[in-house]
Amino acid sequence: MRMISRSATWLLMLPGLLWLGLLMVVPCLLIFVLIFFERGIYGGIDWGAPTLENVTRVFDPLYLSIFLDSAVIAAVSTLAALLIGYPAAYAIVKAPPSRQTALLFLAILPFWTNYLIRTYAWIVLLNPAGLINSLLIWLGLRSEPLTLLYTKPAVVLGLVYSYTPFVILAIYSALQRLDPSYAEASRDLGAGAAQTFLRITLPLTAPGVAAGAVFVFVLSVGNFVTPDLLGGGKFQMVGNLIYDQFLSARDWPFGAALSALLIGLMLLLLFAQAIATLRARGEHARA
Amino acid sequence: MRALNGWLIAVYGFLYLPIAVLMVLSFNRSGMPTAWGGFSLEWYGKLAQNPKIIGAAWNSLVVAIWATAISTVLGTLLALGVERARRSAAREALLFAPMIIPDIVLAIALLSFFTLIKFTLGLRSIVMAHVVFNLAFVCAVVRARLKSYDWSLNEASRDLGASAAATFFRITLPLIGPSVLAGGLLAFTLSIDEFIIAYFTAGAGQSSTTLPMQIYAMIRFGVTPEINAMATVVMGLSFVMILAAQRLNRGRLPGT
Repeated sequence: MRMISRSATWLLMLPGLLWLGLLMVVPCLLIFVLIFFERGIYGGIDWGAPTLENVTRVFDPLYLSIFLDSAVIAAVSTLAALLIGYPAAYAIVKAPPSRQTALLFLAILPFWTNYLIRTYAWIVLLNPAGLINSLLIWLGLRSEPLTLLYTKPAVVLGLVYSYTPFVILAIYSALQRLDPSYAEASRDLGAGAAQTFLRITLPLTAPGVAAGAVFVFVLSVGNFVTPDLLGGGKFQMVGNLIYDQFLSARDWPFGAALSALLIGLMLLLLFAQAIATLRARGEHARA
Repeated sequence: MRALNGWLIAVYGFLYLPIAVLMVLSFNRSGMPTAWGGFSLEWYGKLAQNPKIIGAAWNSLVVAIWATAISTVLGTLLALGVERARRSAAREALLFAPMIIPDIVLAIALLSFFTLIKFTLGLRSIVMAHVVFNLAFVCAVVRARLKSYDWSLNEASRDLGASAAATFFRITLPLIGPSVLAGGLLAFTLSIDEFIIAYFTAGAGQSSTTLPMQIYAMIRFGVTPEINAMATVVMGLSFVMILAAQRLNRGRLPGT
């Protein structure tokens, strides 16, 4: 059917693949080279003697604690996004088919719009003279404004707000692919609604949950905009640390080492997700 | 079931209320979040007279147009090739990577790369960087359309004596056209909103400041009615473009 020669398909793919190779693969590999050199006196790289100093410095307790802090913030955000997103995706799947596309589109739409502005919207709501505090005072619930902005919960809120649409999408696709007869069979055999959900629906949609979770976690850990704008720069996350090494401290090799750790973490999670997917497929086959 | 639907409505509220508040406030004459001083377009007028914002918006437009043009052509060609080539896991990974790699990683990788090869940072380097992820999105959109494409149409065309080029322009392109356009619209929206990679690959100076970079600089200093107005314009434009892309592609956007 595809009467097109192999050389022709390669010719079609070549410009795009070259672009990705030259401007994504090579620069990312460069990160792994930079790690082994020292910073230059005026920033940049000193291509003199190779060193392992940056690699060991990443494991300094100071930086490890920042990694750990970011991981906790990212994990809490991920969990919250899943708890908000799963029931929402479930409600969309249960809606009449004619309305599902529109409902899903409405859930994803914010995700395609400007990240900075979506984050800024929360500054408007949370600041001491903002809408939430004004409302609380007007209602007589508080006499003084609450400190909402520039706190860790504000950072988590911002991350959850930004990434929940993607979680809804990932879980919706998993739920939609799920054959409803499994749940029906479970109910027919006497299982309750809760038991059917926990033992049939949830395990079978685990790949979707995992895909959403990995995405939220990775983007949260490496985020520097939200901690900066909603955390007021008071809480450093890995993203802020990398940002500082490149744009303020001018220690590129160390920034590269931190990024390499981030890439490693991402690959590890993607690998775990692939395994979760394979497992779920295996159970699906057995079910 | 009723509880589930209630939850869904609450989630939509959570997603849209903050944006809605911003949009309403942008029309507030008083400029205060708490006191309604009457409907006014004053802040939009201020916006139009701010040369920094106009300059940055112009830069963003230039970057987005170039990045969209290049990525739409390369992404479509790539999709046409990939869909007919033997499946390769490495290639799939390469095409998936730009969509999931954290922005900051690509940003510092490109900054290091451009610096190493002594490529002058500016609008041109931002375009080159944006094409990386735009390309992957256009390719994904067009591939989704090609999955249901009937390749025997091409065979018929060639059998009837049409050249490969004539077959492409008269058969394939008209059929996949809407998805190419949808991919292009998506690329344009992503590029015009992209902040992190542009911030790292722009170099110094106002001459290569894009709109998101200008927005970032402004919102770090706090809430102003002018930002609300700008946010409303930017959000409104994105909504229209994404809606158009969705219609063109009949709901087959990656992510919808």
